[in-house]
Amino acid sequence: MTAPLPDTSAAGAVVADVPPKAIEGRSPWRIAWTRLKRDRLALAGGVVVVLLILVAVFAPLIVDLLGHPPNEYHEERIDALLGTPKGAWGGMDGDFLFGVEPVNGRDVFSRVVYGARVSLLVAFLAAVVAVAIGTVLGIVAGYFGGWVDTLISRVMDALLAFPQLLFIIALVSVVPNELWGLSGSGVRMAVLVAVIGFFGWPYVGRIVRGQTLSLREREYVEAARSLGAGRTYILFRELLPNLVAPITVYATLMIPTNVLTEAALSFLGAGVKSPTSSWGQMLSKAVNTYESDPMFMVFPGLAIFVTVLAFNLFGDGVRDALDPRGSR
Amino acid sequence: MFAYLVRRLFAVIVMLLVVTLVTFLIFFTIPSLTGADPAALYVGKQADPATIEGIRQKLGLSDPVLVQFWHFVTGLFTGRDYTGGGTTDHCPAPCFGFSFRTEQPVWPILLDRLPPTLSLAGGACVVWLLVGVSAGVVSALKRGTKIDRAAMTTALAGVSLPIYFTALLLLALFKFRLGWTTAEYVPLSEDPAGWFDGLVLPWVALAFLFAAMYARLTRATMMEVLGEDYIRTARAKGLTERTVIGKHAMRSTMTPIATILGMDLGALVGSAILTESAFNLPGLGQAAVTAISNKDLPVILGVVLVAASAVVVANLVVDLLYAVIDPRVRLS
Repeated sequence: MTAPLPDTSAAGAVVADVPPKAIEGRSPWRIAWTRLKRDRLALAGGVVVVLLILVAVFAPLIVDLLGHPPNEYHEERIDALLGTPKGAWGGMDGDFLFGVEPVNGRDVFSRVVYGARVSLLVAFLAAVVAVAIGTVLGIVAGYFGGWVDTLISRVMDALLAFPQLLFIIALVSVVPNELWGLSGSGVRMAVLVAVIGFFGWPYVGRIVRGQTLSLREREYVEAARSLGAGRTYILFRELLPNLVAPITVYATLMIPTNVLTEAALSFLGAGVKSPTSSWGQMLSKAVNTYESDPMFMVFPGLAIFVTVLAFNLFGDGVRDALDPRGSR
Repeated sequence: MFAYLVRRLFAVIVMLLVVTLVTFLIFFTIPSLTGADPAALYVGKQADPATIEGIRQKLGLSDPVLVQFWHFVTGLFTGRDYTGGGTTDHCPAPCFGFSFRTEQPVWPILLDRLPPTLSLAGGACVVWLLVGVSAGVVSALKRGTKIDRAAMTTALAGVSLPIYFTALLLLALFKFRLGWTTAEYVPLSEDPAGWFDGLVLPWVALAFLFAAMYARLTRATMMEVLGEDYIRTARAKGLTERTVIGKHAMRSTMTPIATILGMDLGALVGSAILTESAFNLPGLGQAAVTAISNKDLPVILGVVLVAASAVVVANLVVDLLYAVIDPRVRLS
């Protein structure tokens, strides 16, 4: 948090033992990487993020080794009268690591592992959609100014002031079961990506626009223009490379928000439907079972918490590393 | 000032019209594009074509979309009569139509659902501003100490916890295990103590997330403000630390907080929906979720419009408050 002091002392140390090392130029990305390596919390977050991605990618393998198929019913582990898992702690033991789901006895471990797939896939792709739209419209608004800027900015303001979640659930609810050649959970996920991405772009757009406003007055842009560079060239070859850093920061910080939105939508019944498993959907079942089986909610809840926390820590670290002044 | 107000009010009206149009288009055209006809949604799947056609006539669903939109908007101000099949149903202003499921006018349903949502959002807002801002100020003043670290770690956890998970944990502990609260909604007019008891857990669950964000923001802003020259001046002229922090520093700290508060109202609507679902509060959010699973288009449209209006109006109020908090702001 309070980086400036150690930074200056480190710089001093470099000056002190100059003789053995020749002075070498370091790219901004190298500097950022050096800073990031020093930030232990961010690194821890980064490691957890990588682990989560591995879990999502190798979900079938992990479940094969340590769990039961995510949609296999184990009624024998359920108390027929109460519908709750037999045994203490929600039926946790060496066989069912996270216990079993109330009523149908599905393996909670497998469902949490498979839930990572939906959660991360939707969050990543939605961030990509938001960054793509936001970058293009943000650059255009910032560079051209005038009525183009006014129009895009108004649209961004309107979208930002919107009760998004309400709108998204309403929108998802009118989507049919088959669309774009997809069906079932595929449609749902595609729609989630499109809708979450669409409502996310103004956040990126606002930042890109602001940066573009200041960048377009720089000498190098003027130089390019006086050399006869076309608009597209200036926008995407001169301006865009300088916007990569803020965009990276924002994209990283956007993923945890998207994870939360996806989970919230599934919680409200507007996300992917069973048999496809998702963390939010498990918690929405827990609303009805928390009194009889309080353990059931713990693992999906922790999964969301850990994922969001890890991305937040990593994202904060990336931001501090890329932006020495700590401004946004 | 007056010109500014007029211009902003005009912008608010345009914005609400656009929101209405977009929502209207989504709910009354996307379903027909994909084969789910609103009239068929209204009468149910088993109905024969003649009945569906009758309903379509009665609801005016075969008119061009813009004509339907016009009828809808005028209905909001003057009320509306639905005629068809030999009967006329009058829907008094403001007319949001009739629920597809209960066949009641939508507006009274919305009014009925408003108090729980307002109680939830208002109470939580008070809690998170008090807790968040004071935690942030304390953290900034004691930066680097254990108090600061504890507060900021809690805040980091707070922004990463989904509301409905916090809600379930609170319910499992305080309602089910300890039995300290019933967590059942009771209207304020019937029983103030019961109202408070029923809303304590929802307030805490909803406020935790926002308090965490505000604590982080307040801490950052306060630290920046404390480095300003005018704070040194205030100290140099011998003001007590209490006056320096409480009067001089707080005022500048409040400006970004007011900005974020205005922007967060949209997010608050979403969070309120989640909180209501988790605690089973009979508010607008729960009405929306039920309506969505029932495909009850008029109710969904009504809730979206009420929520959007609330957000837009609240944003206007926040902008006006700027001038009060920060005398440098000129409204023009």
